[in-house]
Amino acid sequence: MKRNFKITGLVAAMMLTTASYAQAETLRLLTWGSYAPDELVQKFEERYPDITVEVTFSNNEEMIAKLRATGGAGFDLAQPSHDRIAAAQLEYDIYKPLDLSKIDTSVMESSHLEGVKANTTIDGEVYAVPHQWGTSGLMKNKAEAPDFAGWDDLCDPQYAGKTSMRLKRTILLGTAFSMGHDPFAAYDDLDKYQEILDEVADKLIECKANIKAYWQGGDDLSAMMLSGEIVASETWDSTAYKLFAQNPDIVFVPPETGALAWIDTFALPRKGKADDAAYKWINFVLEPENVSIMSGSTGAIAAVKGGLDLLPEDKRNAVTAAFTDEDIANLKFFANIPPGVEDMEGKTLERIKAATGG
Amino acid sequence: MQSDIKRLSLILLFAPFALWIFLLIALPHIGMVILSLREKVAPRVYEFGFGNYIDFIQEPIYWNTLLRTGSMSILVTFLALLIGFPIAYYIAKIAGNRSKGALFLLCLIPLWVSDLIRAFGWILLLRETGVASSFLLWTGAINEPIEFLYNDVTVVVGLVYTVILFMIVPLVSTLDGMDDAMVEAGYNLGGSGFTVLRRIIIPYAMPGIVSGCIVVFMLTAGSYLTPILLGGKNSSWFTEQIYDQFITRFNWESGAAFGFLLLAFTSLVVWLGLKLTGQTLANTVAKS
Repeated sequence: MKRNFKITGLVAAMMLTTASYAQAETLRLLTWGSYAPDELVQKFEERYPDITVEVTFSNNEEMIAKLRATGGAGFDLAQPSHDRIAAAQLEYDIYKPLDLSKIDTSVMESSHLEGVKANTTIDGEVYAVPHQWGTSGLMKNKAEAPDFAGWDDLCDPQYAGKTSMRLKRTILLGTAFSMGHDPFAAYDDLDKYQEILDEVADKLIECKANIKAYWQGGDDLSAMMLSGEIVASETWDSTAYKLFAQNPDIVFVPPETGALAWIDTFALPRKGKADDAAYKWINFVLEPENVSIMSGSTGAIAAVKGGLDLLPEDKRNAVTAAFTDEDIANLKFFANIPPGVEDMEGKTLERIKAATGG
Repeated sequence: MQSDIKRLSLILLFAPFALWIFLLIALPHIGMVILSLREKVAPRVYEFGFGNYIDFIQEPIYWNTLLRTGSMSILVTFLALLIGFPIAYYIAKIAGNRSKGALFLLCLIPLWVSDLIRAFGWILLLRETGVASSFLLWTGAINEPIEFLYNDVTVVVGLVYTVILFMIVPLVSTLDGMDDAMVEAGYNLGGSGFTVLRRIIIPYAMPGIVSGCIVVFMLTAGSYLTPILLGGKNSSWFTEQIYDQFITRFNWESGAAFGFLLLAFTSLVVWLGLKLTGQTLANTVAKS
């Protein structure tokens, strides 16, 4: 008899939990590592007790691959970079248009908002709005490599075996700029772009002997830089800022030809099931005090008005130490990737990787 | 009645295996074949054709990488056999009954740690500021730190370390079944140590050698983490090409084609290996 009570109790408890679970909405975020700090998730769940947040950390390529595999199901809000939306949408139909009336766009920095809208509008529908922006550029150890200033310095023999880069499209674009080309302008003429890529590939193959290793993620880059195994590298600005906190000699260097700027966005996967919760999250993280928490975690600048001032103090110092107004004016925003370019760049990267340089 | 029950139990016993083979092996592969035969002509437009396979043949980078992966895998298999055989022989034949179990267990322990962690272990040991380099500096054997990572030798060493267990385990179990009297008889008939090894032990261990080599070769050719992490800038491994096709280039069609080419290539190498050594699956693997 006693046992029976226990079982009924258990069943009742299970029914209760499933019932309350069914009521609660789940917001499944597909985003970058550090783009959903615990502090913000908790705060959000306190404000909207009926929403549970589930976070999956990823990167641009994996986000698209994951959404493509399911036709845009499995997640309610994704955060790819602004240049990776239009082509992916055209090819695989993985996003749905945003209802801008549900987003408080008035707080967003208008240049970023207009830029992202222009990049992600297909058939009159807008597919993304900006969230955070930052740059890719270089970093150096001031004590060891004081004169390091441009993309091509990575290949300078005086730093032989002491530089690093990530073998992804950023370094192709940076090298193209340092060779005097404008790769973004060549996106309209893919034959021209192929010529640039071939030139860049030859340069980077020649440079291979100069490179210690290609880094894969922020952690191995940090380890090499902090241990002194390398003195300069291609990097994300946020990684450089983090290292600056540990060793003030390590600074971010906007390359002479301009740092490459990216904007991470908010986009709705096509088969997302919690659009309202997604819009709530978007508006929530755009609130000023939440922007500070977010930027503190990501190390990137929010694409809202006065985003720089909303950075936590240490990050703001690192940014102002690295960028002059001139550097900011010289930023090169990643242009929309037209269909086909990914394949060309991929082939070029494979050529570089497969070459035996030393 | 009796035969019905027998048949039913056979079906029931066989069902999980059949389901597993069909749902998790056959079905996905059929999907991959179809995928690999789609040619992309425009966004969201595909045509049936062999374009992805033709691309592979026309691009030297791809087949060079495949050949490189294949030849390095053969080298790894050979080294694993060379190093693993004496260990297996010691465990199976020379060690006492009590230490046998302990030694076998010692061999298995590294398997409890994931591949990734073991690869990072190698990185910590071999990097320029790592344990090996610092130790050599300290002893005065070298004056400047040495980078041991990011070359083919490191990749081969790391791979041998990862796969050698899969060579030792089948070897131990085959050698275990060998009667010591056979070795003694060989010596009694005047055979030298080498003759005994060549004429008695190796033929007896052949089923273990063949199955060990097949497993090790397949694992090596299909491995991803070790070559990428230890090989650094010069490691081109075919699995990385497949990953790149799927993930960074969004080109699932040619990724699927590459997957099949890898499967076909490794199967071909195993078949050739069996032919060249005059073995068949039936009298080796099936026997062990």
